Amino acid sequence: MTMISETQNKVQPEAQVHVSRGYWQTVWRNLRRDPVAAVCMIVLALIFAGAIFAPLLTRYDPAVGSIVSRLKPVGTEGHILGTDEQGRDMLTRLLYGGRMSLLMGTVPVLLALVIGGSLGTIAGYFGGRLNTVIMRAADVLFAFPSVLLAVAIAGALGAGVGNALVALTIVLIPPLLRVTESAATQVRALDYVEAAQASGAGSLTIIRVHVLGNMLGPVLVYSTSLLSVAIIMAAGLSFIGLGAKPPTAEWGLMLNTLRTAIYSQPLVTILPGLFIFLVSLSFNLLSDGLRSAMDVS
Amino acid sequence: MLQYIVKRLIYAVPVALAVSVICFSLVQIAPGDPLAVVLPADASQEIIDQTKARYGLDKPLVTQYFLWLGNALTGDFGISIATGRSVSAEIASAIGYSLGLAIFATLIALVVGLTFGLVAGYNIGKPIDKIASAVAISGVSVPSYWLGVVLVVIFSVHLGWLPAMGAGINEDAGLSERLSFMVLPSIALAAMPAGIVTRSVRALVADVLTKEFVNALRAKGLSEFQIFIHVTRNAAPTALTVIGVQLGYLMAGSILVETVFSWPGTGLLLNNAILTRDIPVLQGTTLVLALVFVLLNLVVDITQPLLDPRIKRT
Repeated sequence: MTMISETQNKVQPEAQVHVSRGYWQTVWRNLRRDPVAAVCMIVLALIFAGAIFAPLLTRYDPAVGSIVSRLKPVGTEGHILGTDEQGRDMLTRLLYGGRMSLLMGTVPVLLALVIGGSLGTIAGYFGGRLNTVIMRAADVLFAFPSVLLAVAIAGALGAGVGNALVALTIVLIPPLLRVTESAATQVRALDYVEAAQASGAGSLTIIRVHVLGNMLGPVLVYSTSLLSVAIIMAAGLSFIGLGAKPPTAEWGLMLNTLRTAIYSQPLVTILPGLFIFLVSLSFNLLSDGLRSAMDVS
Repeated sequence: MLQYIVKRLIYAVPVALAVSVICFSLVQIAPGDPLAVVLPADASQEIIDQTKARYGLDKPLVTQYFLWLGNALTGDFGISIATGRSVSAEIASAIGYSLGLAIFATLIALVVGLTFGLVAGYNIGKPIDKIASAVAISGVSVPSYWLGVVLVVIFSVHLGWLPAMGAGINEDAGLSERLSFMVLPSIALAAMPAGIVTRSVRALVADVLTKEFVNALRAKGLSEFQIFIHVTRNAAPTALTVIGVQLGYLMAGSILVETVFSWPGTGLLLNNAILTRDIPVLQGTTLVLALVFVLLNLVVDITQPLLDPRIKRT
């Protein structure tokens, strides 16, 4: 066996590489070769890097403005993207704003993934009455339109980033619960899971080895598209005064306060929202790209 | 069929009750004493107890819930802390505006989504499909509140064609003038459902076109237009389901767009309630909007098998 593969390796190195490539390596290769997905990954990497390295990229303070240089247009000397209604540099605030907006968009998805994912796996794997209880509870949250539920919870708790994160996490749990539940239910019915049970593997081992591995694909695709929804909702909460508070730089909040400048500096006004749109669009396209990249025949 | 409808109706009752429990608990999670706004800071214990009794706050939580539910069922959601008007009156004067906006937006989404979806589904893989799909995913990804601002910049600030905010209630406006106020918020609201409808119709049409019966129809000598009718009939029930659910989302999801345009609907009402921490209004509006959503889902579930007998009624 070893001999044969070694000879093959000498004759056809390409074929050998192909055989040894794992599923996820193939997915990653497909994703990189998809031009749309590749561009999205680059755009997201640039925006995330800009947010993380904001202090290195700008010499201005995001919270300090100057009254004399209020609402300068895009392309002003020293303020390439103009200034806002308090004379603060727009590029600086967009970079720092990314920190808060990206944090508020991604953290709830991760939290909901952990909570909803575990509940969904348990419901799907064990089935029966436990499944009924968990899924009916999720149905109740599903009875609310997501934006309304997020606004109602954040509105009752009061403004603040922490409260907004709680509200967004609660809203994102039910969809992730449903996806993981249906994936776990499907895996449970597979023959090799039954075989693993028959050979004495415990529930935890089976979930860890077989169920989670099989769920990863659909959950990854779904979470990526949820990131797009979460970023819009998170900035939306700040836009209506829940979530980030002034003078914090946050894209949704910036869009709201800049609305007063819509007649004098329309281009500056639409900049923060453009970033929300770019991030949301990139995550959506990336999710589509992942789905087709995983369709490995 | 009747059995299915009854079953579905009965199932809606516990869901509606659970929704009311969540709305009731909004007051419980709100920080601060609910009486702080009605009572002076130096109120004596006697007065505090009297006020608590008047608002039913001295009773156990479960009793409080049923009292609140009983009142809510008769249309009494309490008094707005900010305006002093009854919450039901506030909702009644706002909900028509939200409904009007949501229906207008749904119509736009339906027309745009069906057109784009059919064109894309008929031309899978061709440049026109790529363009339609790109527009669709942009529609799904665009924040409605930002699209609203962009539309105002283009059509109100630059071109001066359409009003930027309000609903034109105070003006002696004719129908066309009133409608002009609806155009921009409706488009902002319609972008996401239009994208969703496009994507689902595209997939449906592409799927139907690969079916045997389409070949059979062609073999029989039907014109492309007659085949098109068959394809549309097969795709229509799903498109209608998608749009029915979207109408519910639009009713409740319009809060952000209504804020952008100062549109006097339930969204603006909610937004003002949040700014003034007017919890009764927040609670009442959330309950009404969530129940509308439950009701719309019920209607969709019941009408879907009527439109498409292939869907199993379980």
